[in-house]
Amino acid sequence: MDIKLNAAKDNQSQSENIIRSNNKNALEIRDLDFYYGGFHALKNVSFDVKEKNVTAFIGPSGCGKSTLLRTLNRMYDLYPGQTAKGEINFYGENILNPKQDLNLLRSRIGMVFQKPTPFPMSIYENIAFGVRLYEKLNKRDMDDRVEWALTRAAIWNETKDKLHQSGLSLSGGQQQRLCIARVIANKPSVLLLDEPTSALDPISTGRIEELVDELKQDYTIAIVTHNMQQAARISDYTAYMYLGELVEFGLTNEIFIKPKRQETEDYITGRFG
Amino acid sequence: MSDILESKKAILAKRKRTNKIALTMSMVAMSIGMFFLLWILSVLFIKGFSSLNLEMFTVDTPAPGSAGGLRNAIVGSFMLVLTCTLISSPLGILAGIFLSEYGAKSRVAAITRFVTDIMLSAPSIVIGLFVYAAMVAQMEHFSGWAGTVALALIAIPVVVRTTENMLQLVPGSLREAAFALGAPKWKVSLMIVLRAAKSGVITGVLLALARVSGETAPLLFTALNNQFFSTNMNTPMANLPVVIFQFAMSPYDNWVSLAWGGALLITLSVLGLNILARVFFREKV
Repeated sequence: MDIKLNAAKDNQSQSENIIRSNNKNALEIRDLDFYYGGFHALKNVSFDVKEKNVTAFIGPSGCGKSTLLRTLNRMYDLYPGQTAKGEINFYGENILNPKQDLNLLRSRIGMVFQKPTPFPMSIYENIAFGVRLYEKLNKRDMDDRVEWALTRAAIWNETKDKLHQSGLSLSGGQQQRLCIARVIANKPSVLLLDEPTSALDPISTGRIEELVDELKQDYTIAIVTHNMQQAARISDYTAYMYLGELVEFGLTNEIFIKPKRQETEDYITGRFG
Repeated sequence: MSDILESKKAILAKRKRTNKIALTMSMVAMSIGMFFLLWILSVLFIKGFSSLNLEMFTVDTPAPGSAGGLRNAIVGSFMLVLTCTLISSPLGILAGIFLSEYGAKSRVAAITRFVTDIMLSAPSIVIGLFVYAAMVAQMEHFSGWAGTVALALIAIPVVVRTTENMLQLVPGSLREAAFALGAPKWKVSLMIVLRAAKSGVITGVLLALARVSGETAPLLFTALNNQFFSTNMNTPMANLPVVIFQFAMSPYDNWVSLAWGGALLITLSVLGLNILARVFFREKV
């Protein structure tokens, strides 16, 4: 039942894809190399992330897909010894520029992690913490923003009566939606999702996928996933990576229906990986 | 086939024998420890409770031969420990944050850790003498403040190390999540990491207090003692440990009995602090 529904959805987004592909580029990745100390983890990666589309990064463990995602908000900068070379243009500005203000960048390119990471404070404060970093809102505006973000993340109905309870009291799936709400509340233009459903049960996963489908109306989304069906279901573009190289990049439907490269076909048909 | 089974059985039998021996030895060790602990506690409780009365809390320490209580010493100890907390917890917590969040593997952090570890195991009489030379000798009189400083020097390393250890337990993913929202580092450290480790840090502060509230040696050279009631921290101050030290060795029966009472009070408050620390730590998560 669910599968059929999703297949129907797929067909629908297929047709959308063609129209949407005229969208401009939110991120242009050019000749990107990444090093963990001496280890060369990304090799000469170049492709575009289209605005208001979902781009999925797939590939076997250790292929560099998470590394790639973490260069897009310069998360790697937290750790000494990790370096990126090349260019990542975010609406025309190279974010790998050493002068780039990282806090500002991260408020514009939000990130959700594999494991839900609610802060040790109330649900309300979880949202308000990020908002207060860059905006001074009065009580009423903040209340509105919290409600808006929780509504957008499809968790308002479950939390509206317990906004002042700890964020840790929620279930895993709810915590993950809270984390998405927290990022949206900051009004970023890009959302980076690093295997956001790999720690969740199938029902929670379904809800997050629906949410991603809805959010792409307003946000550019890049998602790392281990789950090929998930990539096929929710993404418009897919990048297949292997051993730090971008093997193939293109419209999801083309990649999943008739990949140009044999390696891609082997991976998505499960013969490898 | 049966050979393997036999050899497995032989190994198992040997393991069981070793286990029995090790278990017996640890039981003996434990009972030696418990024997003395219970002995000390029972003597303390019997002698302490028999000398406990209302006057102990309402009357000051007596002159030789007259009756009295411990009021000035209780108040003095309370003030010394309170001011010590006010000085040592912010300093210790901030240093702990530096070690865990900022210094990490730097040289400064390595040196700070080393010095803190030495301070942790430094004999408290050395710290008392140091404060005597640095403060009391300069000011030319004993004072409550000098006592506070000596106690703080003992408490700070405890707070620093527990804070650092507790912050280290906070998962890196929580820091990353906060950074990913665009939060500056000081906000991540203070509002997310410290908050996540709150109960552990409070536990560290309480354990440090428990440690200093029974210290005698550093106060002997600094706060000294005062036979009269005083809340002026610039003058010598009465405090329970030094009163116990002096009264316990005196020839007067009522002084000795007051010393037992004071010892019981300190033990009970340390016990209380430890229980409080456990309650806080259990609330974690």
